[in-house]
Amino acid sequence: MSTAFSLQWLLTETPESRSQAAWGRRYRAWLALRSNPLAMIGLVIIVTFVVLSLAAPWLATHNPGAQDLANRLARPSAAHWFGTDELGRDLYSRILYGGRVTLGMVIAVVVLVAPLGLAIGCIAGYFGGVVDRVLMRVTDVFLAFPRLILALAFVAALKPGVESAVLAIALTAWPPYARLARAETMTVRNSDFIAACRLTGAPSGRIILRHVAPLCVPSLVVRITLDMSSIIITAASLGFLGMGAQPPSPEWGAMIATTKRFIFEQWWVPTIPGIAIFLASLAFNFLGDGLRDVLDPKQR
Amino acid sequence: MLVDIQNLRIAFETRTSVFEAVRGVSLNIGTEKLGIVGESGSGKSLTARALMRLLPTNARVTADRLTFDGVDILKADERAMLRIRGKRAGFILQDPKYSLNPVMTIGRQVTEAWRTHKGGGRKEAKEAAIDLLAQVRIREPRRVYDLYPHEVSGGMGQRIMIAMMLAPDPQLLIADEPTSALDATVQAEILRLMEDLVSQRGMGLLLISHDLPLVSHFCDRVAVMYAGRVVEELAAGDLSKAQHPYTRGLLNCLPSLIHPKPRLPVLNRDEAWLKS
Amino acid sequence: MIDVDQLRVRFGDNEVVKGVSFQVPAGDSFGIVGESGSGKSTVLRALSGLNNAWTGHIAINGEAVGPRRDRAFFRKVQMVFQDPYGSLHPRQTIDRILSEPLLVHGIGEIERRIERALAEVALPAAVRFRYPHQLSGGQRQRVAIARALIAEPEVLLLDEPTSALDVSVQAEILNLLADLREQRKLTYILVSHNLAVVAHLCPRVGVMIGGQMVEQLSADDLRGGHTRHPHTAELRSLSVGLEEVP
Ligand SMILES: Nc1ncnc2c1ncn2[C@@H]1O[C@H](COP(=O)(O)OP(=O)(O)O)[C@@H](O)[C@H]1O
Ligand SMILES: Nc1ncnc2c1ncn2[C@@H]1O[C@H](COP(=O)(O)OP(=O)(O)O)[C@@H](O)[C@H]1O
Ligand SMILES: [Mg+2]
Ligand SMILES: [Mg+2]
Repeated sequence: MSTAFSLQWLLTETPESRSQAAWGRRYRAWLALRSNPLAMIGLVIIVTFVVLSLAAPWLATHNPGAQDLANRLARPSAAHWFGTDELGRDLYSRILYGGRVTLGMVIAVVVLVAPLGLAIGCIAGYFGGVVDRVLMRVTDVFLAFPRLILALAFVAALKPGVESAVLAIALTAWPPYARLARAETMTVRNSDFIAACRLTGAPSGRIILRHVAPLCVPSLVVRITLDMSSIIITAASLGFLGMGAQPPSPEWGAMIATTKRFIFEQWWVPTIPGIAIFLASLAFNFLGDGLRDVLDPKQR
Repeated sequence: MLVDIQNLRIAFETRTSVFEAVRGVSLNIGTEKLGIVGESGSGKSLTARALMRLLPTNARVTADRLTFDGVDILKADERAMLRIRGKRAGFILQDPKYSLNPVMTIGRQVTEAWRTHKGGGRKEAKEAAIDLLAQVRIREPRRVYDLYPHEVSGGMGQRIMIAMMLAPDPQLLIADEPTSALDATVQAEILRLMEDLVSQRGMGLLLISHDLPLVSHFCDRVAVMYAGRVVEELAAGDLSKAQHPYTRGLLNCLPSLIHPKPRLPVLNRDEAWLKS
Repeated sequence: MIDVDQLRVRFGDNEVVKGVSFQVPAGDSFGIVGESGSGKSTVLRALSGLNNAWTGHIAINGEAVGPRRDRAFFRKVQMVFQDPYGSLHPRQTIDRILSEPLLVHGIGEIERRIERALAEVALPAAVRFRYPHQLSGGQRQRVAIARALIAEPEVLLLDEPTSALDVSVQAEILNLLADLREQRKLTYILVSHNLAVVAHLCPRVGVMIGGQMVEQLSADDLRGGHTRHPHTAELRSLSVGLEEVP
């Protein structure tokens, strides 16, 4: 009875207050997302991965760093559910702990890159003229560098490690988002509804933050989820070159990189972290696609 | 009879409900000028599109009879429809900006339209195209021939659309709000042009608009649509004798230059108009 | 109230408004007619502060205004755009759209003011938490008018406010505009290409062609055909010709 009442409260066509309308909107967005099976699969995978990674200390069967050279490259078995790697470390435990590093890096990169790209793109697109030219030339400079090399140079200048890798990837990953946000901004900046905002006397900062940027978010979300896998791969490459996550700390990309020569004889060793990366990327893509539909109220 | 529509119904199915947008429209068009008038959403465009079978895929169409020059539109195969669309009937839309190809010169588009239907050599087609541009009263057809769509005004663009539609000598011209995006001056010119061409060539014209006085100037007959039905059909000259309260309301609520009204009468929609 | 003298606006080398001058007394409404491209919207945008690449003299309430306007200016002067589909933010609810001017100007009592603004333009309270795409064209234009009026301006600039609407909706909006002007003692500048609409709402009319205002006359003179410029006569005869119902 009480659930029926609250559902009615949420779904009413005539909300009484702003907060009721907002909750109703969120609930409807959730319903829309829930009715999209692919997005739900994505969400479930991501939540599972995050929970598994966070609970790694309790779920792991072995210490992820403990070597057992007598038992290297073992097949999956009751003792080692996913087998062992070239140093005899338990793969299952390493995948769990590696999720912390890899997902943590990806999320950190996104948290750094998305607001930066959005801000630069919106500012350039909204003001146009000199501001646009300067910001876009800076963007071009970053775009022109090969990603990995710029990241390498940057990490080399700092000390190698996860934090520097995150900063380095963020440094090279923002330009496409700035471009995208700029293009979206340019399509709306001459529209009447932005003109109407200017006529309220609102300062430019407020217009960009509250009126322009939200319009750029959906396409940015999609683009970022599509880029997740390439962020993971860049992180892995940095790790492989000794500039990212430092051994023995487990990281999915580095796990593939160091064991890829076993792909023919002991295929499960590089394949299992590969599956983890694949599932994570796929899940982000599914979720991103679903989110785009939900973020656009016209779709509902 | 060029077009015969009996009891046309068009419905859209959504997950939860069925929405009937056109609810039993019957119309006949011969070699004459018929205007369809009504407010937006009354189903004018859908009716015209049904005739060319250009409806959105989620639309369900039923009709007791829907024929174009004897061809049953509901049963005709795609080949027969291709012969009708663009060849035996021309379709002019509201905004020429979206109907012309932006990266092709106007001349080439008109030439292509002519050659698709008439065949013939390049030279011959070019002359025919220039002749068509002149027929729609473009002043310098040879100069306009080499321009791109963005280099001409809206009125000129609409003339070009008309020229392209006239290329295959159609029997019927359907114009869906052809001048709503244009100025009053240009609007009148374009409508007069269409009226002349249609009379000269002995074609039928189906003119769709929301502007009742305007349509009545250029058509022989006017059908007034409201909420998916034709509520009244009358000769253009008898507009002042209109019976239906909706038609009368549409005429009354216009501001007038010569007969100033202190306050505009507004339309009070009656539930009963939805029935009958 | 509004004094415009020798207003010129150019885009690059293209001068679009070539020395337009007119005055509008407080509480009056002035109409501008002309074909599209004659520079009507450009005049309004210069007045409203959306375009600041103009020269000449503009004074509101006796105070000269420059190209850059302060926030107080935007409390006095507001604008309604032609296209009700493009002038409301597609991702904001009506509530959010209407509260924005109040937040910017730091005006309190947001709840009460929004409720009153909706009532004033005869919109049901139920539309408050809807999105613009869930409203009809006429309802959207009402929202745009409510937004323009919510911070209680003195001047309303109307750029073809009914051109995108059905005639039945046009009548409702024109009546609404007339009532609001009466109640609030507003000063209007109404731009339209429809002479009948302009003459209905404005006792004085200016006629523009090619960036110049070639004639200013009273609506009664326009109705009576006492025109001086041939372009005015042409526009009038067209309008009259189409109006006559056979
Ligand atoms: N693809 C579609 N899906 C659902 N409804 C539609 C679709 N196209 C048109 N409609 C509905 O059909 C009705 C009539 O549309 P239309 O014929 O375009 O009206 P108009 O008289 O303005 O040309 C409208 O209420 C519109 O909402
Ligand atoms: N942002 C702009 N950049 C360049 N030219 C413009 C711009 N806005 C308007 N124009 C030009 O100015 C002229 C007048 O436009 P406008 O004031 O919109 O006319 P109206 O409102 O009378 O239809 C037109 O020729 C148009 O092409
Ligand atoms: Mg239509
Ligand atoms: Mg304009």
